[in-house]
Amino acid sequence: MTDVLIVGAGPAGLSAAATCARHGLSVRVVDEFMKPGGRLLGQLHEEPDGTWWNGIEEARRLYEQAVGLGASVACGVSVYDAARGEEGWVVSTTEGILEAPVLLLATGAAETALPLPGWTIPGVMSIGAAQVMTNVHRVRVGERGVIIGVNILAVAIARELQLAGIHVDRMVLPPRNPVTQEAASPYHVMQSLLRVAHLAPSAFIRYGSRLVKSDPLLRLAVRCYPAGGVKMWRMPIHLRTAAVEILGTSKVEGVRLARVSPDGEPLPGTEHDIPADFVCIAGGLHPLAELAAVAGCPFAYLPELGGHVPLHNERMETPLAGLYVAGNITGIESAKVAMAQGAVAGLAIAEHLGRLRDRTALADAIAHVKRVRRSATIQFHPEIGRGRADVERMFQEQGISGK
Amino acid sequence: MSATGRIEEHPILGPLPERSVVTFRFNGVPMQAYQGETIAAALLAAGIRTLRLHEEKGTPRGIYCNIGHCFECRVTVNGRTGIRACLTLVEEGMEITAGEILPTPLKKGGHPA
Ligand SMILES: Cc1cc2nc3c(=O)[nH]c(=O)nc-3n(C[C@H](O)[C@H](O)[C@H](O)COP(=O)(O)OP(=O)(O)OC[C@H]3O[C@@H](n4cnc5c(N)ncnc54)[C@H](O)[C@@H]3O)c2cc1C
Ligand code: FES
Repeated sequence: MTDVLIVGAGPAGLSAAATCARHGLSVRVVDEFMKPGGRLLGQLHEEPDGTWWNGIEEARRLYEQAVGLGASVACGVSVYDAARGEEGWVVSTTEGILEAPVLLLATGAAETALPLPGWTIPGVMSIGAAQVMTNVHRVRVGERGVIIGVNILAVAIARELQLAGIHVDRMVLPPRNPVTQEAASPYHVMQSLLRVAHLAPSAFIRYGSRLVKSDPLLRLAVRCYPAGGVKMWRMPIHLRTAAVEILGTSKVEGVRLARVSPDGEPLPGTEHDIPADFVCIAGGLHPLAELAAVAGCPFAYLPELGGHVPLHNERMETPLAGLYVAGNITGIESAKVAMAQGAVAGLAIAEHLGRLRDRTALADAIAHVKRVRRSATIQFHPEIGRGRADVERMFQEQGISGK
Repeated sequence: MSATGRIEEHPILGPLPERSVVTFRFNGVPMQAYQGETIAAALLAAGIRTLRLHEEKGTPRGIYCNIGHCFECRVTVNGRTGIRACLTLVEEGMEITAGEILPTPLKKGGHPA
C-alpha cells in the first residue's frame, strides 16, 4: 500500500520523497523521463563563489538519498489523469492505475513557445532542448547556432553550449507578434537583462545595471545600443535586431534578421540573412500544471510566478484534500527553491498522515524556502516575493474543501 | 568533424564514460548508438534531424523540446506509433521508422487513402 504518490522525480519530487520516507511513509515516485532528476540534470552554472552547480551530481545525490530511505522511483512512466476516488487519489499512468491517499504533483515547468516563420524546420529547437542534448545526452546540436529570445535561461544555456565547444553565433530578439509581446521589446528585454547583470562578466552590462534605476537613462541606452550587439562571453547579444524568419526546407540553413526600433518595430530595408545550422528558441518558462487542472484544483493567474498556478498555501497544500504541489508547478524558480519546497511538502504530508512529531520542523522548512529564495543566484522574476504573497492570500480566502 | 556527433570531452562534466554499442534500424537503414541513448540523441549524433513528416502537410519535423512535452518527435518503434523519440532509449534490434503523411481522403485536395 502506497501512502504517498509523487508525480515528478525532479528536485521537488525527490526531496519530498526523501522527507516522507524519513517519516516512515511508503512513497512511490513516477517520472516519464528516462533518468531521475528532472530539469536539474541539464543545469551547469558557475556560482558567484566560483564553484560549479553540477545538476547531474545534485540529481544523483537526491535520488540516492530518496531511494536509500526506502522510496521507490520509477522512470519512463507518464501520468495522464488524476481523479479523486472513494479512498484517495486514482492516477492513470502508461503502466496502469495507481492509487494513494496523498498525491503530490511535482511536474515542474515547460518552455513557452515563440512561434515565427520557419520554426518547425528540423534543427530549430527550444533552448532547453539544446541544454539537455548537450549536458545530459552529450550530443552536439550543431556547428553554428543562433538563439532567438534574450532572457536569463537563454544566457545561462548559451554559456553551457560554449563550454561544450558549440559555437553560438549570436542572440537576437524574436519578431514582434501577439505572442512575443514584451520578449520582442528592446526596452523590456534590456530591463530584465540588466537585472541578471551579476551573472555576466561584462563591464558594459555591469555598468548598465546601474541604469535600471533610471528610466530615461535606460531608454537612452536602448536607443544607443550598439548595432554589433554587446558581447557576453565573446557572444554578441543583440537587442536592436530581431529574427524575422528561419530559413531552410529539410533543415535549418540560416536566419533572416532585421534591425528594429527601440519599440521592436522592424526597420524597412534592413533585412539580411546569416548562416546557421541550428536555432534555439528561448521563450521563457511556465508552470506545467495540467494534471492539477484535470484533478479539479482551482487556479490563480500570477505573472510573477510564470502564469497559471494551482492554488496552494506555503505548506504546499492545494484546496483539494490530499492533493499537494511543490517545485516549479507552483511558480518558476531555481532548483534550490524547488528542493526546499519539496521538503516542506514532505513534512506537511507527514503531519497530515499523523507521522510528524516535531511540529517546529515544518515552520523551519517554510522559513528555509524564503531564505533560499532571497539568496538565489538565478531569479526568473524580480517580483517573485509578491507573487508568493498573493497566492497565499488567495488560498486563505478560498480555504481547504473536505477538511 | 561533422556538425553533430558526440561531445567526448567536457571541461566540467569530464569525458564520456565507456558504453556498449547498440545496433538498430531507422527507416530500414542499420545504425549504431550507445547503450542509454535516446532515439533522438542517437539519430542526431548520426546527423539525422528529421524524425517525421507532418501527417497532413508532409513537411519535415524534428525534436523541439527534447523532454517529452511537445510530441513533435513522434516515431514508430517496433510497429507502435506515436512514440516520443526524446523519451525512449534505443535498444538492440529496434526497428524505428519516421512518421509519415497520413491519408486525408475527406479533405479537399487531401491525400487519398
Ligand atoms: C527546459 C528547462 C530548462 C531549465 N533550466 C534551468 C537552469 O538552467 N537553471 C535553473 O535554475 N532552472 C532551470 N529550469 C527551471 C527548473 O524548472 C528548476 O530549476 C527545477 O528543476 C524545478 O524542479 P521541479 O522538481 O519543480 O521540476 P522538474 O525538475 O522539471 O521535474 C519535474 C519532473 O516531472 C516529470 N513529469 C512532468 N509531467 C509528468 C507526467 N505527466 N508524468 C510523469 N512525469 C512527469 C518530468 O519528466 C520531470 O522529470 C529549467 C526548466 C526547464 C523546463
Ligand atoms: S521533442 Fe518534444 S516531445 Fe519529444
